Amino acid sequence: MSSIGTGYDLSVSTYSPDGRLFQVEYASKAAENSGPAIGLKCKDGVVLAVEKIVQSKLLVKGANRRIMSLDNHVGMVSSGLVADGRHLAKRGREEAESFRDQYGTPMTLKALIERVAMYEHAYTCYGSVRPFGISTIVVGVDKTGPQLFVVEPSGSYYGYRASAVGKGRQLAKTELEKLELADITVKQGVMEVARIAHLVHDDNKDGNFELEMTWIGPETNGFHEHVPQELLKEAEDAAKRALEEAMEED
Amino acid sequence: MADMINNVNMERLKKGEVNLGTSIMAVAFDGGVVLGADSRTTTGSYIANRVTDKLTHIHDRVYCCRSGSAADTQAVADIVHYHAQFYAAQHNARPPVHTIASLFQSLCYENKDRLSAGIIVAGWDEEQGGQVYNIPLGGGIFRQPWSIGAGFALLGSGSTYVYGYCDATYKEGMNEEETVNFVRNTLSLAMARDGSSGGCIRMCVIKKEGVRRIFVPGNELPKFWEGAELIETKRATSGKPEIALPATAGEGMVVQ
Repeated sequence: MSSIGTGYDLSVSTYSPDGRLFQVEYASKAAENSGPAIGLKCKDGVVLAVEKIVQSKLLVKGANRRIMSLDNHVGMVSSGLVADGRHLAKRGREEAESFRDQYGTPMTLKALIERVAMYEHAYTCYGSVRPFGISTIVVGVDKTGPQLFVVEPSGSYYGYRASAVGKGRQLAKTELEKLELADITVKQGVMEVARIAHLVHDDNKDGNFELEMTWIGPETNGFHEHVPQELLKEAEDAAKRALEEAMEED
Repeated sequence: MADMINNVNMERLKKGEVNLGTSIMAVAFDGGVVLGADSRTTTGSYIANRVTDKLTHIHDRVYCCRSGSAADTQAVADIVHYHAQFYAAQHNARPPVHTIASLFQSLCYENKDRLSAGIIVAGWDEEQGGQVYNIPLGGGIFRQPWSIGAGFALLGSGSTYVYGYCDATYKEGMNEEETVNFVRNTLSLAMARDGSSGGCIRMCVIKKEGVRRIFVPGNELPKFWEGAELIETKRATSGKPEIALPATAGEGMVVQ
């Protein structure tokens, strides 16, 4: 065995000689295996969206949801292994519920993300388990206002004004950076996210996709809900038009 | 059952159990909250402690007034104090008053068969300012602009002695000084009528800046109409009272 490379990626509880945990890095790779999920923090709420590649024409449209709620005021979406995402959501729900039980008040996002990240981190400490193969965006509106966090398989988390995870996230992030996030409303946010989702997507390479989108804002009374069908359609139509116009200019 | 709302039924206490037969009170004002309590602790008719401190520290800006079994309320307050410190350490912020009241509530509700504890939680936080939560015997939780959970004589309740005074006197938008006077006067009246309340008055003013404690000794309690003594004086001096009227005396002083 050379001093670097072989043999050090068989267990999460073994460091490589230069201090890396290869299994955790492989987990990050797994998180790139699904279409991008986008999260946006606006001045009055948050927007969450995910691109779902249509794997089969037999799939029922609108079923097979990928965005989940952890509490009334918290939404979550993961890229990567879908089942890992659902398991993490289950844990997030348990945390949020037990906080409500204990303190009689909704959990702040800061407190919730800390617990969720600790849970993910535990899966990087033992040889008997594998890390989560997901990158996760958690959004919510609590007493401190709109919040957005991203948790990685390593268990580290960061707060953002906007972020994207999964395949094509770089392009999506570049587009998100162009937005004036402090000034836009969730309604404008829905339009922007739809536009970015369509922009990032390459129909020829990835095939057709379905856009799933949720939001929290004045329109939902602080609850995490799916964006109404009419508004979603309006946003997607506008997105397609904007893309066609941009193509003509080129 | 009406008596159970604010008062601890004496039959719930064991024979000889130390009891906070109490006049306690908390009132919110703009920018803070005032808590007050008498200082009498009894075992039956014996005054076990005449200078008790029934205002108990829970966290930096939250205190509670305890009534009922001294042992039960101390134990519950200790547990909530622990949870409040834990919350502060974990969240890097003071626990909101409502959160602490909820902790009291769940303990009182889940152990309702075993506890005699009537607690008022009051304090100040950044989100909602001065707040008062009443947690009566069964483990309910009620936010109120003011709350009196007054003591309990063997029959009926001590708070009933002064509810009328409170309703007549309390008004919205009182400042700190007015609120302190309101609490002091109410407690003095309750202590005068309720046999299981008495001693001195202890008060707490909780504001953003901190907690201020006020102590009123038993011989400096505000005086109101005291009945027989004045009537006797009046008779003996054909209508002219010999003793000076206290400055705080109400109109009720004049006996026709």
